[in-house]
Amino acid sequence: MQAVGKIRSINGPVIHVEDCRDFKMHDQVFAGELRLIGEVIGIEDDTAIVQVYEDTLGMKVGEEVVSAQRPMSVLLAPGIIGGIFDGIERPLKVIENQSGSFIDRGLQVDLLDKSKKWSVQILAKKGDSVSPGAIIAQTPETPGVMHKIMIPPGVFGTISEIAQSGDYTIDEVIAKVETEKGIVDIKLAQQWPIRIPRPHRGRVNVKRPLITGQRVIDTFFPLAKGGTAAIPGGFGTGKTMTQHQLAKWSDADIIVYIGCGERGNEMTQVLEEFTSLVDPKSGNSLMDRTVLIANTSNMPVAAREASIYTGITLAEYYRDMGYHVAMMADSTSRWAEALREISGRLEEMPAEEGFPAYLPSSLSAFYERAGYVKNNNETEGSITIIGAVSPQGGDFSEPVTQNTKRFVRAFFALDRQLAYRRHYPAINWLTSYSEYVGELSLWYEENIDERFMEYRARLLALLQEEAKLNEIVKLIGSDVLPDDQKLVLDIARVVRTGFLQQNAYHQTDTYVPLKKQFLMMDVIIYLYEKAKTVVAKNIPISQIAKTGIYEDVIAIKYNIDNDSIDKIEEYKQKIDNVLNEILASNEVVMR
Amino acid sequence: MNIEYLGLKSISGSLVVLDAIEDATFSEMVQIKTESGDVRDGKIIQLAKNYTVVQVFEGTQGLSKTNTSTRLLGRPMELGVSKEMLGRVFDGVGRPIDGLGRVFAEEYLDVNGKPMNPVSREYPRDYIQTGISSIDGLTTLIRGQKLPIFSGNGLPHNELAMQIAQQAKIKDADGGNFAIVFCAMGVPNDVASYFRRGFEESGVLERVVMFLNLANDPVGERIITPRCALTAAEYLAFRHDMHVLVILTDMTSYAEALREISSSQNEIPSRKGYPGYLYSDLASIYERAGMLKSAKGSVTQIPILTMPNDDITHPIPDLTGYITEGQIVLERSLYQTGIYPPVSILPSLSRLMKDGIGEGYTRDDHPDTANQLFASYSRVQEVRSLASVIGEDELSDTDKCYLEFGSAFEKEFISQGREENRDIEKTLNLGWEILKILPRKELSRIDTKILAKYYPVGSEG
Repeated sequence: MQAVGKIRSINGPVIHVEDCRDFKMHDQVFAGELRLIGEVIGIEDDTAIVQVYEDTLGMKVGEEVVSAQRPMSVLLAPGIIGGIFDGIERPLKVIENQSGSFIDRGLQVDLLDKSKKWSVQILAKKGDSVSPGAIIAQTPETPGVMHKIMIPPGVFGTISEIAQSGDYTIDEVIAKVETEKGIVDIKLAQQWPIRIPRPHRGRVNVKRPLITGQRVIDTFFPLAKGGTAAIPGGFGTGKTMTQHQLAKWSDADIIVYIGCGERGNEMTQVLEEFTSLVDPKSGNSLMDRTVLIANTSNMPVAAREASIYTGITLAEYYRDMGYHVAMMADSTSRWAEALREISGRLEEMPAEEGFPAYLPSSLSAFYERAGYVKNNNETEGSITIIGAVSPQGGDFSEPVTQNTKRFVRAFFALDRQLAYRRHYPAINWLTSYSEYVGELSLWYEENIDERFMEYRARLLALLQEEAKLNEIVKLIGSDVLPDDQKLVLDIARVVRTGFLQQNAYHQTDTYVPLKKQFLMMDVIIYLYEKAKTVVAKNIPISQIAKTGIYEDVIAIKYNIDNDSIDKIEEYKQKIDNVLNEILASNEVVMR
Repeated sequence: MNIEYLGLKSISGSLVVLDAIEDATFSEMVQIKTESGDVRDGKIIQLAKNYTVVQVFEGTQGLSKTNTSTRLLGRPMELGVSKEMLGRVFDGVGRPIDGLGRVFAEEYLDVNGKPMNPVSREYPRDYIQTGISSIDGLTTLIRGQKLPIFSGNGLPHNELAMQIAQQAKIKDADGGNFAIVFCAMGVPNDVASYFRRGFEESGVLERVVMFLNLANDPVGERIITPRCALTAAEYLAFRHDMHVLVILTDMTSYAEALREISSSQNEIPSRKGYPGYLYSDLASIYERAGMLKSAKGSVTQIPILTMPNDDITHPIPDLTGYITEGQIVLERSLYQTGIYPPVSILPSLSRLMKDGIGEGYTRDDHPDTANQLFASYSRVQEVRSLASVIGEDELSDTDKCYLEFGSAFEKEFISQGREENRDIEKTLNLGWEILKILPRKELSRIDTKILAKYYPVGSEG
């Protein structure tokens, strides 16, 4: 039985279909003569409302709409990693081969390469009883990623037939499972609806940080594997740059990068750069662990809405294999705007600023798909979501930022004033926060240094004090402050420029190991303590500045290579020498 | 398809509603003949079983419910393109208005274009020298970039755009293959003739294609104008390998037109009454800038927009800033102190410049010099606000240097003549001269090797 309807009306990407009693909510459909892909997003009486993932130009009333009789799904199989897809998982490289440099409508493309043979190693044997998630085979998908072939959700039974290790395409049957409902064929490929979270056994408390090599994040506002973070910021504050840095350097196994309604050139840049960059951990190309989803701002708006779900479903699939996945969504505001646009076309009652009333629940449903979980196959995996938010007018009180804030536990607020000063990353240390500090303290203390969290707290307090003093300085200048307060300003400057500012284009500074981050803090605090003893003796603080010791400490980030961090200790000696000399020369004067 | 449909169901603003038309397709063009016999163009923007909504580009004045006939054209809005378009002037929907007759089209292209595949894009890297220090030095324009000018009413954005158009130069041999597409949306007659005269005087008119939708032209056409201009630009760039600079002015009028049409369709408004799809709509214009791996040419856009009430957080500049690759912001207070071009450096930015400057592109010291100028000038702002409280005399010596640096930077670096064309060498050298006002230790953003090369120890001013 085929479910077919006829178009009754067309309004941009939204079409109404009549005579379609068999259409089900969220079913995938093919609309019109060009068979454009769409999804059922509402059903009223005899009419289905369909959003079309391509431009509806040239469509006619009365054309046929055919239901695929299954929910809007993605294809999950080897061949995903290293690829670049549009919002509904159509490979852009194949589209290029078919339609050239500009994307045509109504292209019929395979989501994943069906002819490629993968070298599959069979792990299970006949007679094994299997349940969803069980790993029965594996194949090296890229040099860095071993793709696990799992029993799809919902399949319980006994393997009645299994193939030999060898080369298979994603559509070949490699095993048969006898279940209560009959024999189920297991292929390399499986499908999963994008709007339904893939099942797992249960959540595990977060306990490990996602190490990003970015000092302000790792040290000040750490993010946990399986956590959620938002990066809000007006244009030009470096959202995308920060996302790129995280995608490049974070210690996840798999990166899913979604360019959702953003610039085309940015995706081109990611593709170019990631292909040429080498992952410091594995020595492979960064693209060998990355999948890109590019639905740029000029591509159809409905597919932009879907791109976030496509991305998270791919992420869940790799999590099920036991990998730690980090997902960057740039930007969730564009996704929210896509929701608003579709909602407007449906003439729904708007809530704040025209956004639909279900914006908060959609956002929370999305962020809740992150987490550190125990999978059905007993492995552990995680999804960390880092969503960029583009608040209108840089105003954080707008609905998307405010609602996002309710569901994420780390908040990296980008600040336009810092960006104007070219302080990058422009993460404001006064308004940002991470709720993971408590959960991760133990890890930092056990794996890096037991003083790590104490040092972090001291530096943050110092910056808070600087902010307060700056209020006074703005009014009366810094000259009138007592020396101990001037010292706070000086050391805070060292923290800001030497520690918080990080140069993404500098070979050494772009990624900093945690140990070095700790040692840098250590030196700065040492400098502070030592300088306090100088100030206590009523020696003018300008004498310290003149020695250039501040600049030396600031330059540690450039001058100490990441593989020779032991040399940082030498700076303490240097501080001793410089400050002792000041003390000594002043002794003489006093006598 | 020559069937004519008689009569209208209703008329509202620039929209008319007809009975259902058999075989009508979404986004198709229609021709509407009025009682008096004149013919207007329109586009189907909503299609249903029992009615059809058509947007009439030239407005609905004089239309009646009865004696109006409508004919389907069976195609979307198309523009006939050819290389002959260079040197010609068209109206907002691509009809010649210079009295030189029609253009013989080599091809008819859908003005809505198609999205560029991100995989097929070439990442832009080559810079365009504009001869303007504040742009070349600090917000470098890259071929294939979209870099808007955020201006206000009464600021010299037109002069600046004109100067860029006249002086823009590409470093390699392709220099001769340069064209300008000028697109006016809702600008006053004077502005359009200013540009036309400017192009004529500088002798580049035969390399310019002009699309003019003036302030008194129909609002409905205004939506089509930038799309026609970009279709022509894409054709020249990707079929004829030309480097095309597209000047779009004024994007604010465009967005207002969009709002007008949206509200006459009874759409649910979002911020400040603009339609919820303003972002997507602007993106469908701006994203048509770029380069392709499969062609030699490029489309570079300089959209100009006037910020209502000089407010950069207004939806139009705000959404534009999120799409474009940077922005050049003009500032009223600078202009009033006699500085031209009044480029406000701190909020200005070119996102693509990092990959298109430095060794092999401009000069090895360019990234560091630009970075230092930004950082130092931002310090100047702090010092100035301090000085306004405690008085200049009370400032420390270093801070006094900053004040001096600040005014030299504004008067000598940013400010330049309306016909002054500085090459990149000159701009960078000027930057160094001004940086030398500051003590050497303040130049912390500059690599020590570069510093030694351009500011040797002992040469402190």
